[in-house]
Amino acid sequence: MTLLTPDNRRPLFAATVNSFRLVLFALLSIGMMVADHRYHQLEAVRNVLATFIYPMQYLIQTPVKARYWLTENLASRTILLTENAELRRKQLFLNAELQKLTSLEAENRRLRTLLESSVNHQGERFLIAELLQVDFDPYRHQILLNRGARHGVHAGQPLLDQQGIIGQISEANALTSRAILITDPNHALPVQIIRTGMRTLALGTGNFQALQLSHILNSDDVRVGDVVVTSGLDGRFPQGYPVATVTQVEFDPTRPFARISARPSAQLDRLREVLLLVTDPADGAAPKAGARIAGPP
Amino acid sequence: MLHHPAGWVIVLSFIVAFLLTSIPLPAWLETFHPDWLCLVLIYWCIALPQRVGMGTAWLLGLLQDVARGALLGQHALALVVVAYISLKLHRRLRLFPLWQQSLSVLALLLIEQILVSWVSGISGYPPRDLGYLAPALGGMLAWPWVFILLRDLRQRFRVA
Repeated sequence: MTLLTPDNRRPLFAATVNSFRLVLFALLSIGMMVADHRYHQLEAVRNVLATFIYPMQYLIQTPVKARYWLTENLASRTILLTENAELRRKQLFLNAELQKLTSLEAENRRLRTLLESSVNHQGERFLIAELLQVDFDPYRHQILLNRGARHGVHAGQPLLDQQGIIGQISEANALTSRAILITDPNHALPVQIIRTGMRTLALGTGNFQALQLSHILNSDDVRVGDVVVTSGLDGRFPQGYPVATVTQVEFDPTRPFARISARPSAQLDRLREVLLLVTDPADGAAPKAGARIAGPP
Repeated sequence: MLHHPAGWVIVLSFIVAFLLTSIPLPAWLETFHPDWLCLVLIYWCIALPQRVGMGTAWLLGLLQDVARGALLGQHALALVVVAYISLKLHRRLRLFPLWQQSLSVLALLLIEQILVSWVSGISGYPPRDLGYLAPALGGMLAWPWVFILLRDLRQRFRVA
């Protein structure tokens, strides 16, 4: 046995295992979980620890970045040329669309002033953030961004990409921030079906490809292919951004509500860069009705 | 930890394990992504129970919680329990042949996964299938390499 102890000067049975310590640490952990989950009290601790592990998270990006760099720099000339041509064409197309949009926007504003409507569409400002590739808990749909409170990020800020709504910031640390995706099982987003104007909630399912539209009656008019956009009723997400497309409609007379599935417009499992909508921090501080985030926001 | 002889080996091994645990893997490997931090913790608890124990486990768990976006205390609780069992059994585990050690490590990792997913379930994220236990299998396969590597490092740098 003496051979097995690394240091002969130490008594073999020095390390008596203290069950009291186990109970102590277990109670401490449980207390912290309750404080974190129920009362959101540990933001400060979390921020300090997050700053502490930031260098490590940054270091992890190196292999990922190297891969991107390699694929971008070793791409052949022909691939780059085709990509360039493709982008040019897209640019032309978008410019044409934009011209139409500008005149429509002006017309819209004029009509709204005529109707004395209080809805005002101002140009929204965005901040580009990159995803930090880290391994998160598989059940939660979360992402880590390389922008934090230092860059003006705050909890509740909506996230988008070029195709639609992605989610919202749940926690802003000094240099990074954590966001919860709309497909997280504990996320709900107030939405509206464009075709009929019907309002509903888009609930996350834990599946990147599916959202569930809640509280739609069997008699309601919902069809496969309907486009779902944000309704803006939460006062947090801007109105009219694409969220999902209805993929499955199941009317079952034995249930009070229909089962409607929709596929998110954004490719949530393939994100690299996202747009952060710049909003007023006061807006996001108090969660409004409709935008419920359970769990640690 | 640092004022002991060659304590930096322990610290460094934890840092590397932390990096390996946080790094994302390709989808087919991700299911079996071993919890390297837990493996390294088990090793040091068995090899140097007088230096690495539940306190270290708890701190590492908290860092893990923040890194993985879990509830604060979730992994801390699981790692403390794993450390406790490893400390309790460290004399027996040391004598086991490698394959038998791997099986014990599998049991420890399963306990860790189950504790973590219990808390997830309570906080509104119930696991959808048994896939959440797969990392324990990956960890079992990784254990012999972790063990041999850390043992060699410990002997070479005389970490005690």
